[in-house]
Amino acid sequence: MSLINASIDTAISIAERRRGKLGSALSAGRPQAVFMRNVYALKSSNWLVVLSGFVEPVFYLLAFGYGMGKLIGNIPLPDGTLIPYAAYIAPALLATSAMNGAIYDSTWNVFFKMHFGKIYQAMLSTSLGPLDVAMGEIGWALVRGFVYALGFMAVVAPMGLIHSWWGLLAIPAAVLIAFGFASVGMGITSYLKNFHQMDWVNFFMLPMFLFSGTFYSLRVYPDWLRTVIEALPLYQAIAMIRGFTLGVIDGALFGHIVYFIMMIVLGLTFTTRRLRSLFLK
Amino acid sequence: MSEIKEEIMIRAKGLRKTYGDFVAVDGIDFEVKKGESFGLLGPNGAGKSTTMRMISSTSLRSGGELEILGKDPNLFGPEIRAHLGVVPQQDNLDRELKVWENLMTYGRFFGLKGKWLKAKVDELLEFAQLEEKRNTKTDELSGGMKRRLTIARGLVNEPEIFMLDEPTTGLDPQARHILWDRLFRLKEVGVTLVITTHYMDEAEQLCDRLVVMDKGKIMAEGSPADLIKRYSSKEVLEVRFGSENNKSAAEQLKGVGDRLEVLPDRILVYSANGEKALEYITKLGLHPITSLVRRSSLEDVFLRLTGRTLVD
Repeated sequence: MSLINASIDTAISIAERRRGKLGSALSAGRPQAVFMRNVYALKSSNWLVVLSGFVEPVFYLLAFGYGMGKLIGNIPLPDGTLIPYAAYIAPALLATSAMNGAIYDSTWNVFFKMHFGKIYQAMLSTSLGPLDVAMGEIGWALVRGFVYALGFMAVVAPMGLIHSWWGLLAIPAAVLIAFGFASVGMGITSYLKNFHQMDWVNFFMLPMFLFSGTFYSLRVYPDWLRTVIEALPLYQAIAMIRGFTLGVIDGALFGHIVYFIMMIVLGLTFTTRRLRSLFLK
Repeated sequence: MSEIKEEIMIRAKGLRKTYGDFVAVDGIDFEVKKGESFGLLGPNGAGKSTTMRMISSTSLRSGGELEILGKDPNLFGPEIRAHLGVVPQQDNLDRELKVWENLMTYGRFFGLKGKWLKAKVDELLEFAQLEEKRNTKTDELSGGMKRRLTIARGLVNEPEIFMLDEPTTGLDPQARHILWDRLFRLKEVGVTLVITTHYMDEAEQLCDRLVVMDKGKIMAEGSPADLIKRYSSKEVLEVRFGSENNKSAAEQLKGVGDRLEVLPDRILVYSANGEKALEYITKLGLHPITSLVRRSSLEDVFLRLTGRTLVD
């Protein structure tokens, strides 16, 4: 047994190299170790749940886009071109699926790892820091968001629902959206104590999905309500992706991107602080 | 021992931890030297686990001083943790992973990689006697195996200080002995051990030196033999008169042995010679239902120091 061995790259020499570097108390610069843990765990995960994240928006598209769409007819764009109803809601469904994937990962999965698996407790008793955990988990949510977005695009593009080459940017946009929701979601989850409280998340998510301009324009609302909805992240997400898939590139689009960058920065700060106070108490 | 310059691994001075109004650890002082096996002994709620968490740099202290390998855990948390192996009271193995994957991922958390880590994992599986279980799901292991895997996991970074919180609680006797044997081996190769326990026999078996804790304070410190010598007699005579008669019998036993301890179900007579004490009791005309002479243990030390028994 060579339990003490200083000749190779030991855990200690690896950790000491970080000394004095920015954020060395919060991070070992190793979120990929947390990410890799999820790659291992994927094999034993419930594939039906993973798959449902992809299938759900497709079902909505078929039911509402093609079923209801028949009754609704075409929708005019600002420049006067008419597009089918399915092309109007497809980007909204992509945005929603990016949100749902990120929220599912950062609430249910994180909650389980925090309280039942005690996975983070184990991670934080190594030389990892809370920022490694946050970034690793969020990175995982992003990959998932990316795969869902890719899958959804692979279905809707052949249907002719993407009206512009700008539509390709909808994929990175979906990742940006997933990033925003995952970084805030993980911080919120850290406050939840039981499964009952997890339902509150759904209670908030469902109306946001239905009323954020997913299926119709916000013009139907009175001005005050419109302002409220426009401040919600899902509206921002839908407007961003719709801008790309319909090729309506304007200043508002830039605003949506900035909104998500802000959400990511604030979410990460908040989540890292929460993890630190939860696990270093 | 004394000629060699002793390296201090852990130094605590006036160490405190409070949660709101509740004082979990109330100003304790201790030092742990390199290669030593140091025990924290006390009942549940004595503040042992809190102390362990502060040493393992996963809990920030509320007051006092704490140095691990000369570093302040508040400032060098991740760096200190690279030197430590931690076995928490409740296993927190990754249930979604197989046995060897648990060790691999944990090693990666420390930044270890490649061939070196793979070889280390094989070595640890052998050490924990889990080679045949390497592809088993963690959930399917027995309690003793899970514990051994947690210990193997804690060794993946070749720690200088190995911290075990109640290592054998909930294990059957056989599993406990296997585990003790593994811990002895670590001690032999010079790993510093810090162990909490509320089992006397465990403390006597594993610890070179220990502190007895109660209500967040240190009551006494020394080697197990030393503590027994200081706070108890060589032997103990346990007599039972039935729960109704214990009290009145105790009145008559006053003056027998060095000291008496009256428990609800039995009376403990502390004496250098238990057999003689028993003879004397019989001469007094008292006839205990059962009697037993045994050597003094840390249990008696604890009883003496706190007036309470250790195991709830």
